Parts: sequence; structure tokens; C-alpha cells
Amino acid sequence: MTLLLTLTILILTGIALWQITKIFELSQLGRKKDDSQIATEKDNDLNGKLMFAFLVFIYVVTIYSFWSYSKVLLPESASAHGPAYDTLLWISFAIILFAQTITQAVLHVFAYKYRGINNRKAYFYTHNNKLEFIWTIIPAIIFFMLIIYGMVTWGNIMNIEEDEDALVIELYAQQWNWKARYAGQDNVLGDANVRFLNDFDGRNSVGIDSSDPNGMDDVVVTQEFHLPVNRKVIFKFRSQDVLHSAYMPHFRAQMNCVPGMITEFAFTPTVTTADMRMNSDVVDKVNRINKIRYENSKELTANGEEALEPYQFDYLLLCAKICGASHYNMQMKIVVESEKDYEKWLSEQKTFSETIQ
Amino acid sequence: MSGTTNISHSNHDDHHHKETFITKYIFSQDHKMIAKQYLILGVLFMGFIGVAMSLLFRLQLAWPEQSFAVFDIFLGDWAPEGVMDPNIYLALVTIHGTIMVFFVLTAGLSGTFSNLLIPLQIGARDMASGLLNMISFWLFFLSSMVMLASLFVEAGPAAAGWTIYPPLSALPQTQPGSGTGMTLWLISMAIFVASSLLGSLNYIVTVINLRTKGMSMFRLPLTIWAFFVTAIIGVISFPVLLSAALLLIMDRSFGTSFFLSDIFVQGEVLHYQGGSPVLFEHLFWFLGHPEVYIVLLPALGITSEIIATNSRKPIFGYRAMVASILAIAFLSTIVWGHHMFISGMNPFLGSVFTFTTLLIAIPSAVKAFNYITTLWKGNLQFNPGMLFSIGLVSTFITGGLTGIILGDSTLDINIHDTYFVVAHFHLVMGISALYGLFAGVYHWFPKLFGTMMNKNLGYIHFWVTAISAYGVFFPMHFIGMAGLPRRYYTNTAFPYFDDLANINVVITVFALLAGAAQLVFLYNFLHSMFFGKKAEQNPWRSNTMEWTAPVEHIHGNWPGEIPHVHRWAYDYSKPGQKEDFVLQTTPHSKGEVETEH
Repeated sequence: MTLLLTLTILILTGIALWQITKIFELSQLGRKKDDSQIATEKDNDLNGKLMFAFLVFIYVVTIYSFWSYSKVLLPESASAHGPAYDTLLWISFAIILFAQTITQAVLHVFAYKYRGINNRKAYFYTHNNKLEFIWTIIPAIIFFMLIIYGMVTWGNIMNIEEDEDALVIELYAQQWNWKARYAGQDNVLGDANVRFLNDFDGRNSVGIDSSDPNGMDDVVVTQEFHLPVNRKVIFKFRSQDVLHSAYMPHFRAQMNCVPGMITEFAFTPTVTTADMRMNSDVVDKVNRINKIRYENSKELTANGEEALEPYQFDYLLLCAKICGASHYNMQMKIVVESEKDYEKWLSEQKTFSETIQ
Repeated sequence: MSGTTNISHSNHDDHHHKETFITKYIFSQDHKMIAKQYLILGVLFMGFIGVAMSLLFRLQLAWPEQSFAVFDIFLGDWAPEGVMDPNIYLALVTIHGTIMVFFVLTAGLSGTFSNLLIPLQIGARDMASGLLNMISFWLFFLSSMVMLASLFVEAGPAAAGWTIYPPLSALPQTQPGSGTGMTLWLISMAIFVASSLLGSLNYIVTVINLRTKGMSMFRLPLTIWAFFVTAIIGVISFPVLLSAALLLIMDRSFGTSFFLSDIFVQGEVLHYQGGSPVLFEHLFWFLGHPEVYIVLLPALGITSEIIATNSRKPIFGYRAMVASILAIAFLSTIVWGHHMFISGMNPFLGSVFTFTTLLIAIPSAVKAFNYITTLWKGNLQFNPGMLFSIGLVSTFITGGLTGIILGDSTLDINIHDTYFVVAHFHLVMGISALYGLFAGVYHWFPKLFGTMMNKNLGYIHFWVTAISAYGVFFPMHFIGMAGLPRRYYTNTAFPYFDDLANINVVITVFALLAGAAQLVFLYNFLHSMFFGKKAEQNPWRSNTMEWTAPVEHIHGNWPGEIPHVHRWAYDYSKPGQKEDFVLQTTPHSKGEVETEH
């Protein structure tokens, strides 16, 4: 029935459009006939002016978006390499916004200024090698500077030195949740493989090889994992089924988790969860979200359902690589805290040897 | 000329064999008919489906998990009580991407305009091989039908994203779409690659061998340069996709381990050992990145032609334009790794690919500056095709610039696979290539169907589309920088992204508006095809050869001898000439100097 109705509406809309064009054509009959469908001076004038208006539109959209949407952007980074990342990002943004503003202006102003007039002859101008050279060399210089700047930053971020002090943590991905494995007292992760997943009636949730002594003191956690502030963390990523991507936006960190191989990323968290909750951007964001949740709760309670709990900020580990049905809800809480709180929390977790007993 | 007409006409008689309905309209070997077939199947039909799908999932994103009658109608069991299922959300995203990239913007765009314009603009009677051309189209038809058939299998079509990364695409246990749906996807794409290769080989051979007398390479219109180079990139890179698809089929059905290793699903350790999904990513993007230029270069070629004609000026820097097409083509084959900065490949490779990627911005910038200078001191005729061409330059700049951010391996870390990427590639290759496609349709409609499209509807189509394209994709940059990953069924599963909900509503409203504007185009197209005003022979007063052929399509394109070419394609407003255009077939008058270009 609904299908029939939709189809009828579509057909009627089509007929209406057809009739409107007919009427439009008929109304033109009395006047001097021009149905060549080729742009006239009047069309050029109108569309030329619209081109100028469109330039204003682009500027308005840009300014409005920056003014209105920049509040949803990520807050200050919470990792040691974060400021370098953010600086490079804003420098690149400044360059492209400058280029965008100028080139769009020239394009649309030319379109407006040179809109066609009958009997005017265009300027015959085929090429100018000097100009071509200038606008090849200027972008080239700018891009080379960006490339070198980017490469140096990339090298600093991706160069993972096996550092005695660094904490080694494995992030383990599966459809559709995360687990984290701590290396324990020895700070060495035990060998692991999917072959061992069915050992110990499934209690071996990340497939640790029980014959490797390094694995016995490993600690596997779900739901949330904790990091000590200001200590370098080397992450090793594994996946048991499909590609996932470990995305920790506040730390400017992301790496794919690939079945059959171990990938790596390292960063040093610099801001504790408690401190980040005091960040003014974060406070604003939390307030906005809670306002939305409050409105939604009103609706829910009116229907006799439970109200939503107020939201509190937490760092998140998200999945950023399409991985099936619940891709959109594959996340884990990250808690950054003082070394002392971290040690306390870790000591409360079960080690692998305790789990399999 | 009239003296030679009769003689050559009798020579030409063997072309006029008897045509039946089937040989003329269905299994036609005439390039003009094949162009129309590609236009109607690839652009109108597949395009309609691809765009409609995007509107369905935009509804879900703006009003997550709400019931819509339209879901109930089109998705049936996949939308219980009108609420879209997450698996089908992913399937819609996947098929939308596949259809738009491959079927509409590769086959539809190149198929229509390379077929129509290559013989007509270089002065050939037809493609080098009419038979291969026909087979190419019918393989495309078959491939389209297999892809559409996959929409009707019980577990749904492929849902692993248009990049179909294994293991997700390889193992039916990981998602329902990786069963029969994925098998059909792979078969469809294998046929598609065959079709594309036959087409491309034909284009290359035709351009090299069948140019009319006087049509040297540097007298070719930029459209032909773009189609020619596109075909070369296609021949180099499409076979790699075919091999990736075949290896994936082997992994899926014959137990090999090219892309799979150490996998545990549904309580079971699978036997795969030693393969790597990263290998698939390399193979896929070895096609996937050149594919961006396979989509974009023809659009840029079309735009070059239309901007010059409607500015009544020569295209500025013809040789620089050719050089930048060649540079882009070369560089496009060595930048694929920028899709894989965080795939787990060696970080050193990341530096290399950052370098090559930012290099490709240089010829792109040169093209943009040359377009802008072509407008300078022109006498711009705002026909609908011209509006879309200027629109292309605008979105090409806006979308291209954010590529500087994504192409930098460092910056990619935090925006990889977020909506920032979606915004970037939709503007720079999706919208830009679609604008080129629309520009081409408005401009060459008289050549295709002998009638004119309604210009006022064209103006409405352009302005509504232009505004809504920015309305859809500009805000996406911001939700991407806010950290929202792409391909999320909803951003309200946990509270962190709750404050993006209203931006998603804005985007969807603009998307619906853009969709409505395309109905105006569809109506204009169909109405003009049957009831449009009869076109003159050269309505836009253009220089290129296709406008010397009669309006009525004839087999062999020109009734008499093929005209010879005496000049380049861009003698617009040349001083000393009576008109502001000179056909390429017009010999130089006494004392006229050939334009140096």
C-alpha cells in the first residue's frame, strides 16, 4: 500500500513538473521567442552575479563552520607528541585556508567580472611560460617545506626505541571488543597465538602460550585500561579475526590491528583523566552533551523508561576500521592516572597464572 | 570538398549495410550508440541507484534507529519494523561506494565520453574495433546485472566497504554480507575489469592510429589527451585489481592463504597460515589510487574543453595542461601507500609515499591556475555545462587542498578513516567528477541526441547542487576532526559524539536537497531527449571536429570524406578572424600565422 502511494506521488510529481514546464513554455509564447537553449546576455549576467554570490556563500559557510563547529573539535592533545602533531596540523590548515580563500576569490570574481556581453571579443592569450614556472615553483617550495617538516615529525613519532622504562601493553582486538594485556612484573609479554584461545575452557582470552614463562605474570583486562601519566607506553596490536584500527584520538594515536602480525605505536600520556575533565573545552563539551541527554531523558521518562545517566568525560579507544555489524560500538575506556594509582589498580587485577588455575 | 564527396561516398557505401532494430539499438557496434548505452545504463540507471542508497543511509545517520516507511519498503526484512539493521547499513555504504566509483564514474563517465568523442574529435569513422567496443559494453551490462543481483541474495550484498579488505570480506562467519553477496561482488568486478580493459585498449589504439590527416598529437583537444592517458592508467592498474580479486576468490573458496593468517572466529581456529591482509591492501590500492585519476582526468578533460569554448578563449597553457596530465598519470601509480600509513607497513615507506603524494599536488595546482587564467579577460557564456565546469574547479580546489593534510603521514594518524577523509574524497573526486560528467552531458547532449537540454532547468540543477554539495561535505571535515570514525552505523551508541547529532541532521537535509536536484536533471534529460528543441549543427560555436559532423547520426560519422585538420583546437577569438571561433578543419587564410601554443 505504502509502495503504491509512494509510486503514485512520484508519478504525480513527474507529471506536475512536466506541466509546469509546459505552462512556462506557453507563457513565453507571446514574447519574442528565444528557445535556443543557449545562454543569452541576460543568462550570463544573472549567472555571473550568482557566481559572485556563491563566493560569498563559500566564505560564509567556512566562517560559520569554524565559528560554530570548532567547539566540537578534539581538545588539546594528551600525549607528548601531541603538540608537535597539532602544530603541524594548524600550520597546514593555515596554508590551505589561505590558498582556498585566494583561489576561490580569483575564480569566482573572474567568472563574475568577465560574464559574457554580446559583441565583446575575448583576449587571445595562449600561454606564458614564465607564469607557469612561477605557479609550479611556488607550490613546489611550500610542499617541500611541508614534506620535510612532516617527515621529521613522522620520524619522531614512529621511531619506537625499546626503552627500559617504557611500559609494554598489548591491545587485542576482536569482533567487537577490545582487551588490553599488561606485561606484568618482567615487562615482557608472553608469546601468544590464536591457537591457544580454546585452552583452559576459553579462559585464555587473548591466546597466551602457557609454556612461555614470560606470559604467566601477564594481566588481561576488559572494559577499561589504565595508563600511568608521563611514562612512555609501547603498544603492540593484535587482532584475532578481521582488521581493526586502534584509534585513540585524544592521544593523536592510531594503528591498524592486523591478524597474523603484530603492529606497534608508542606515546607518552601527559594529562591525567582527572585533569582533562577540568579542561575548559572538555567541560563545555560535557555540558553540551548532558544538556542533550537531559532533553532525551525527558522523552524517555515520559514513556516510563529510565532516564539517561549524566555523561562524564573519559578517554576512548575506538575502532576506526570497518569490522562488521557492531563496528560503531567497539570502544574501551582509557584511564590516565598517577603512577601510584596505576600500580594500585594493576595489583588488583588477576594475572594469567591466577586466571588459569 | 564537394568534388571528392561523391567518390568517397561510393567508397563508403559498404558501411551502409542493412540495420535491424537489434543491430542498431542493442548489439550496436557504432561508438555513438554505445556511448548512449553507457550513459543510460552507467550514469542514469546505476547513478540513480547509487545516489538513492546514499539518501537511505543519510536518513539513518541523521535520525538513528528510527523507523522509516521508506526503509520498510526498500529494505524489507533487513529493516525490521522500518529500523535499518547495522549490517545493511554497511552493505548500503559498500554498494554506494562501489556503484559510484566503478559503475558511474569509471564506466559511465569514460564509457560515455571516450566512446562519443574519441572518434568524433580525432576524425575517425569509428573505434578501432567496433566489435570489442560492443563486447566491452555488454560485459559492463553483465557486470552491472551481477552487482544488482547481489542486492537480492538472502544475507544481503557485500558489506565490507568498497575496499573489501580481507579477512572481513573473506570470511562469511564475520559478517553476513561476506557470503553469496561478496561472491557476486567479486564476480561482478572481475567482469567489470575485463570490460574496462577492452574499452581502454580500444581507446588507446584508436587515438594512436586513427587520427585524421593533420591531427598531430599536439593538435588534439585536451579531452582526447585526458581520455587517452586515462585509458593507459586503466590498462596498467586494473589488472592488479583483477589479480587481487582472483586471489581473494581462491582464499574464500579454495582454502589458500594469500591474505589470511592466524584467525579465530566463532570459537574455531581456522587453518589459514602465512598470508597477509596488508598484501591485499597493496594490491587493492595499486589500482585504487590510480582509480581516483581514472575518474578525475576525463572530468578535467571535459572541463578544459567546455571552459575554453564558453570563455571564447584558448585554454591557457595547452602544453602545460598536457604535461600536468602526464605528470599526474605517472605519479598516480606511485602514491598508493598513502592509504596505508597506519596499516602496519614500515614507517619508512610512509615517508616515501608522503613525498610522492605531495608531489602530485604540484601538477594539480598548475591545472587549477590554468583554468582560472583561461577565464581571465574571457567573454564567458554561462551555459549549464560552463557552470558545472567552473563548479568543478571550485570543488577540485576545496577538496584537493585537504589532500595536503591527508597525504602527510603524520597528520593522517589522527584523521585516518574519519569523516575528514569522507569529506575530502567526495569533494575532490566524487563531486568534481560528477560535475565534469554533468558538464559533459549538457554540452554534448546536442551531439548525443540531436536536441538541446532546457537551460533554465540546468541552471536550477547546478545552483541547488552546488549549494547542497558544500552543505553536505563542508561540515563533514569538522566531525572528522572531532574524531568520528567513518562507517559508523550511528554516532549515538556511546555519549562522546552526542553533540554531533545536529550536524548530521544538517548534512542529511542538504543531501536530500541534492537528491531532489538530481530529479530535475533526470526529468530534463528524459524530456529533452524526446521533446527537446532540435539542435543546430554547432550550437556552442565550438572549434572541435565533432561539430562538423551532421546532427543526425550516421554510420561512419561524416557523409563524405573525413575532413582534414589544419590547426589546434583552441583558436577562439583569434585576432584577425571574423568569428570568435575557427573550426579545426578550416585551413589558415592567406597571411594567417599558425598559433604558437
